[in-house]
Amino acid sequence: MAQAVPANQKWWGGGRSPFNVEYGKLMMWYFLMSDAFTFGAFLIAYGTVRFSSNGWPDPNVVFSSFPFAGHAHLPLVFVSVMTFILIMSSVTMVLAVGAGHSNDRKSVLKWLFWTIIGGIAFLGCQAWEWHHLHDQGAWWGMNPFHNFDGSEASTNFTNFFFTITGFHGFHVFSGVIINIIMFIMTYRGVFDRRGHYLMIEKAGLYWHFVDLVWVFVFTCFYLF
Amino acid sequence: MSNEALHGHSEVVTTHDVHHDEHHVHHHKETFITKYVFSQDHKMIAKQFLITGMVWAILGGLMSVLFRLQLGYPDQTFPWLEDILGRWAKGGKISAENYYALVTMHGTVLVFFVLTGGLSGTFANFLIPLQIGARDMASPFMNMLSYWFFFGGSIVMLSSLFIQTGPFSGGWTAYPPLSALGDASPGSKTGMDLWITAMALFVVSSLLGGLNYISTVLNMRTKGMSMTRMPLTMWALFFTAVLGVLSFPVLLSGFILLLFDRHGGTSFYLSDIYITATKQALPNEGGSAILFQHLFWFLGHPEVYIILLPAMGMASEIISINARKPIFGYMAMVGSIFAITILAFLVWAHHMFVTGLNPFLGSVFVLLTLLIAVPSAIKVFNWLTTIWKANIRFTPGMMFALGFVSLFISGGLTGIFLGNSTLDIHLHDTYFVIAHFHIVMGVSAFFGMFAGIYHWFPKMYGRFMNNTMAYIHFWVTLAGAYLIFWPMHYEGLAGMPRRYLDYSGWESFKHFADLNKFISTVAMIVFAIQLMFVFNFFYSIFKGRKVTTTNPWGATTLEWTTPIRPGHGNWPGEIPEVHRWAYDYSKDGRDFIPQTEPIGPNESHH
Repeated sequence: MAQAVPANQKWWGGGRSPFNVEYGKLMMWYFLMSDAFTFGAFLIAYGTVRFSSNGWPDPNVVFSSFPFAGHAHLPLVFVSVMTFILIMSSVTMVLAVGAGHSNDRKSVLKWLFWTIIGGIAFLGCQAWEWHHLHDQGAWWGMNPFHNFDGSEASTNFTNFFFTITGFHGFHVFSGVIINIIMFIMTYRGVFDRRGHYLMIEKAGLYWHFVDLVWVFVFTCFYLF
Repeated sequence: MSNEALHGHSEVVTTHDVHHDEHHVHHHKETFITKYVFSQDHKMIAKQFLITGMVWAILGGLMSVLFRLQLGYPDQTFPWLEDILGRWAKGGKISAENYYALVTMHGTVLVFFVLTGGLSGTFANFLIPLQIGARDMASPFMNMLSYWFFFGGSIVMLSSLFIQTGPFSGGWTAYPPLSALGDASPGSKTGMDLWITAMALFVVSSLLGGLNYISTVLNMRTKGMSMTRMPLTMWALFFTAVLGVLSFPVLLSGFILLLFDRHGGTSFYLSDIYITATKQALPNEGGSAILFQHLFWFLGHPEVYIILLPAMGMASEIISINARKPIFGYMAMVGSIFAITILAFLVWAHHMFVTGLNPFLGSVFVLLTLLIAVPSAIKVFNWLTTIWKANIRFTPGMMFALGFVSLFISGGLTGIFLGNSTLDIHLHDTYFVIAHFHIVMGVSAFFGMFAGIYHWFPKMYGRFMNNTMAYIHFWVTLAGAYLIFWPMHYEGLAGMPRRYLDYSGWESFKHFADLNKFISTVAMIVFAIQLMFVFNFFYSIFKGRKVTTTNPWGATTLEWTTPIRPGHGNWPGEIPEVHRWAYDYSKDGRDFIPQTEPIGPNESHH
C-alpha cells in the first residue's frame, strides 16, 4: 500500500498511533487473533482425535438432506446454501463499511439491514440442520452415523460437530446482536454526530472474521 | 489506504486525546463507589489487583503450611487443625482427599490468582500509563471490567473451598479423567465445576486486561516515547500481555471440551475407562486424555513466562536505577524478551516427555527448550554486567531485585536438567521438579513482585515502607527459599515422587524424614515473615515515612515526573515530552538525566 508519508515522519516515535488507527480497532484485531487461537485449538483437537480414530462418518451421507425435499439425496447442497448466505452477508457488510467511509447514513442502514438478515438466515439454517440431525438421533454423546467403511463410529464425530459449529453459531449470534446495535446507533444518528463510522468498521472486522472461521469449519467438517 | 482515510483517522486520534485532557481538567465529582470500588483509574485498579492478590497469596501460602505440616510430621496429630478445618482434618490429621485438595488449590491460586492476576494485573495497570506517558489505559472501562471479572473468578474459586464435596483435588493442571469424571473423587464433583467457572472468568479478565495493555503500549505513548526509549518494564509487560492474549484462549477451548465431557456425555478426553468406586465400565470411546495435556500446556508453558517476564522487567529497571548505571545491553534485553516470547509457544511438550510422546518429537522439544537458555543467559549476564563495578544503593527494592537474579540463576540451571527428555524419565514427577519450578518461577517471581512493591510503593501511596522490616523480610525469605527448596533437589534425585501424602511407608525415603521436618519448619518461618511484610504494607499506607520529593530514587522515567500523589489523569498539566531513553545514569558527570530533558548539544552518545 503506497501511503503518502512525509519523509521525516516517525511512525513509532510516540505521540501518535503507529498504525494510524485508533486503539479500539487495534484491540479488535488483537481480540480476533485471540479468538483465532480459540478456534484453532478446537479444530486442532478435532484433527487430533479424528486422525487417531479408526474411521469417520462420510459427510456426503450425513449432510445430504434439504428442507422440504423429502428423502432426495442432495449431498452438501444445503450447507452450500448456508455458506453462500454467510459470504453474501460479508459482501453486504463490506458495502456498509464503504458507505460509512463516505458518511452515507442511508446506505449504511440499507446494507447493515441485509447483513443482519443474512446472519439471521444463516442461524435459521443452522437451527434447521441441528434439528434435522437431532431427529436422526445425533446429539452430544450420540452418533447414529456409521464410518465410511460401514463400521460402528465413535461419538466424537457428533461431539465435535455440535461443539464447534455451536461455538461458531454463538459467534454469529453475537455478531447479529452487535450488528443490530450498530443499526440502531446508525439510525439514531450517533455516528453522524461523531463524524465517523469507525464502529461499523470494527463490527465489520468481527463479522468478516466469523465468516472466515466458517470457511475453516466448513472445510473440516463437510469437505473432508 | 487513501489520504482521505488517513486524515479521517488522525482526526479520530486527536479527538480521543482531547477528550482525555478535558476529562482531566473538569475534575468530576468522585463518590466512594467510583473512586475505590468501580474505579476506572488505572492506579486504583492496580491497587485492587495487588490487594486481592495479597489476600490470595496469604491463603495459598497458608495451604502450603498446612500440607507441609503433614509432610514434615506424618506421624503426629494436631488437634487444633480439627478446630479450624473441621472434617477436613478429623482427629487432627489432614485426610488424603483434603491433602490433595490443598495441593491443588495452592497451585491454582498461586500460579493464576497471585502470580498472574496479582503480578501483571498490578504492575501492568500501574506502570504502563505512568511510564509511557498516558493519562490512563486505552479503555479504562474494560480495565475496570478486567478487575471485576478477576474478582468474580476469585469469589467462585473461594466458594469451592466451602462446599460439601470440597474443592477440586486433581492437581492444578486438571488432567482428565480426574477432572472429567465426577465419580473419580469427591473433589471432581461440584468443586471441579466451580474451578472451571472461576478459571473461565479469569481468562476473560486476562483477555480484557491484555488487550488494553497491548493497545495502550502501542498507541498511547507520549510524544518522543519511541518503542526503543521505553523502560524495559514496558517491553516485559507488553510481551506478557501478548503471551496471555494468545495462549489463554487455547486453555479456554480445552475447558469447554472438558465441560462437555463432564456434563454433555461426550468423549473428547475419555476412552476405555473403568471406575472402581462405582464398579462401572464407561461407554466413552475414542477420546484422548493426552489431548487435554497438549491444550493445557500450550497455555501452561507460556504461563510460566507470563509470570516471569514482569519480574524480569521490573528487576532490570530497579537494578539499573540502584546501580546508578545504564542497563547493560538494552537492545539485547529487548531481543531476549522477544525470543523468550516466541520460544514460550514452542516448548510445551517438554511437560509431556513421559506421556508416550514420540521420542523423535521429544528431541525437537528438547532442542527448543534448551534454546531458551540462550536469551535467559543473555538477560542474566546483562544484569550482572549492570551491577559490575557499580556504586550500588541497597534499597529494599534493589535487594529483592538482586535476590530475583540469584534465584533465577539457581532455578534456571536445573531447568537445563529437566529439559532433557532422557534425564526427565528419571526426574519427572519428583521433588526435583518441585524444587526447580518453585525457585525459578515461584519464589523468583515473588521476589520480582516484592522488588516492584518496595520500589513503587512511594508512587502508589506517597509513603515509604519500613526499611528494617523490609531487610528482615528479604534475608529470611531468601535464606528460607534456599533452605526449603535446595534440599528438595536431593530428594528428587533420589527418586522421591511428588504428590504423596506420607513417605514413611517407603524404606527408600525413610532417611528423608528429618529433612522433611526441617523443610516444613523453615516453610512455617518464611510464611510468618510474609505476614510481617503484609503488616508493613498496610501499616506504611497510613503511617509510613512520607515522600517529600517527586523523585525519591533519582530515576529517569516518567512516573517520577508526576505529583507525589497523582490524581486521575496522572499529570496536572500537559503530558511531558520524551527526548531520550530511560537509562541515562551517571552520564557526562551527572547522576541521572530524566527522560524529559532534551539532548544537550555537547552530550556524549550512550
